[in-house]
Amino acid sequence: MQRVLMKGNEAIAEGAIRAGCKAFFGYPITPSSEIAEYMARKMPAIGGVFVQAESELAAINMVYGGAATGFRVMTASSGPGISLKQEGISFLAEGELPCLIVDICRGGPGLGGIQPSQADYFQATRGGGHGDYYIIVLAPSSAQEMMDFTMLGFELADKHRSPVMLMAEGTLGNLIEPVVLRNPVTEFVDKPWAITGCKGRQPNIVNTLHMPVEELQARNKYLTQKYEAMRAQEVRYEEFLIEDADLILVAYGIMARIAKKVVLTAREIGIKTGLIRPITLWPYPYGVLNKAAQTCKAMVSVEISTTGQMIEDIRLATEGKVPIHYIGEIGRTPNPEEITQQLLVIAEKEGLR
Amino acid sequence: MAEEKQVLFAGFGGQGVISMGQFLTHLAMHTGKEVSCALSYGAEMRGGTANCLVTISDEEISSPLTENPMTAVIMNRPSLDRFEDKVKPRGTLVLNSSMVDRLPRRNDVEVLQMPVNMIADQLGTPRVANMVLLGAFVEKQQLLDIDQALEFLEVVFKGKKESVITKNKEAFLIGVEYARKHWK
Repeated sequence: MQRVLMKGNEAIAEGAIRAGCKAFFGYPITPSSEIAEYMARKMPAIGGVFVQAESELAAINMVYGGAATGFRVMTASSGPGISLKQEGISFLAEGELPCLIVDICRGGPGLGGIQPSQADYFQATRGGGHGDYYIIVLAPSSAQEMMDFTMLGFELADKHRSPVMLMAEGTLGNLIEPVVLRNPVTEFVDKPWAITGCKGRQPNIVNTLHMPVEELQARNKYLTQKYEAMRAQEVRYEEFLIEDADLILVAYGIMARIAKKVVLTAREIGIKTGLIRPITLWPYPYGVLNKAAQTCKAMVSVEISTTGQMIEDIRLATEGKVPIHYIGEIGRTPNPEEITQQLLVIAEKEGLR
Repeated sequence: MAEEKQVLFAGFGGQGVISMGQFLTHLAMHTGKEVSCALSYGAEMRGGTANCLVTISDEEISSPLTENPMTAVIMNRPSLDRFEDKVKPRGTLVLNSSMVDRLPRRNDVEVLQMPVNMIADQLGTPRVANMVLLGAFVEKQQLLDIDQALEFLEVVFKGKKESVITKNKEAFLIGVEYARKHWK
């Protein structure tokens, strides 16, 4: 199979084009800028649209407009830019407009730094903007998955008429790996709701204002059912050696790969360790973690964040069945050796060595 | 788990450190290996520090990162100061002796030296210094078959001027020769 060497960020952009994305609206920010750069070169050549907007706010509202016309459209940014886009994402969710939003995370809060981070977990998985809503969040762990999940993201967005977010760390955005180029998507779902010019039919309207309380309530009830359907259909995860594991690491994105190596090293030392990797950060694989908590002795959240964010979902999932430990800091991607050292301390505390 | 060979390339921006990593990554991919190249990214600039870590394996690569690579290719003195202690015991330090003015303190690693800039200057093209070292390195580590590597260099350099390709190939082969002669 033909493989091409690509940066994670480039794989996202190429994947989007292959998924039929016809417009990119963005405002550059490290460490996501290669996505915009790639799109600036490629979009004009395929008859698509590339706009470097005047701000993140403008970009996300262009996404709103583009998505409303039924085209596959996207934007990409990093933490500080995603914060700015949150208002627009709330509107996209209420307007039920499918699109892809890419977050190549860097350290925060504030302008933070440009180094890798996973501390956008809260703003990605908890709706980020105002109102009752969720969006699907995919967390790739290789350059190949940057491409594959981008394509999947567009598919899920159309399927559920919802914005989808792809979230990855700066390290992954800049990681160069071989990528198998996927075949371009040729079949698309019908979008009878799209605003395409209403000659000969009733006008379609995309609106997010629902003043009569009954209308708002009915609307939110409908959206809630939609989120239930997403929870039932879209949970994705990976398990690695968890059956006999006393200690289970939970990690996503690039950290899941690093944790895999930790699992193997820990097993060589004699600590039965396993890994659960959430692939969808929302909907979260609560059931899988809950089940694993019945047989393991402790869990460890491994994140590129100082406070720990996903750890809250692990606590929710495991309902106090096992102690939850934390390994993490912001600003750089820890090496397997460092995590193994910290894991040994935890194993000792738990009486596992 | 298959063995994962990890090589760190370190130097200052402009020395072609990242290019070396990318060439090796290309070569590894074209010979059917799994490979991953982690770039240090930041507010990098010419003259600043640069490094990248290449991981090569026969199977899916678990971690593309490590604190302790088996091998470090060191292009300047500050990089030796920073990474000397990181290399695994019984690992290898490859030094550009044109730019590294001290010997490593450690005696539990193999040390390979090469006056990379001097050789490249003799070639009349200082810019291919990194290719000289890469050639020597690939030969010494038996990472790839040399003929195959040369073929793939053509692929990597596709679209460049013929003279550029020739010069780089020449530099690569001089490196190979150097390794055969001095790094036995």
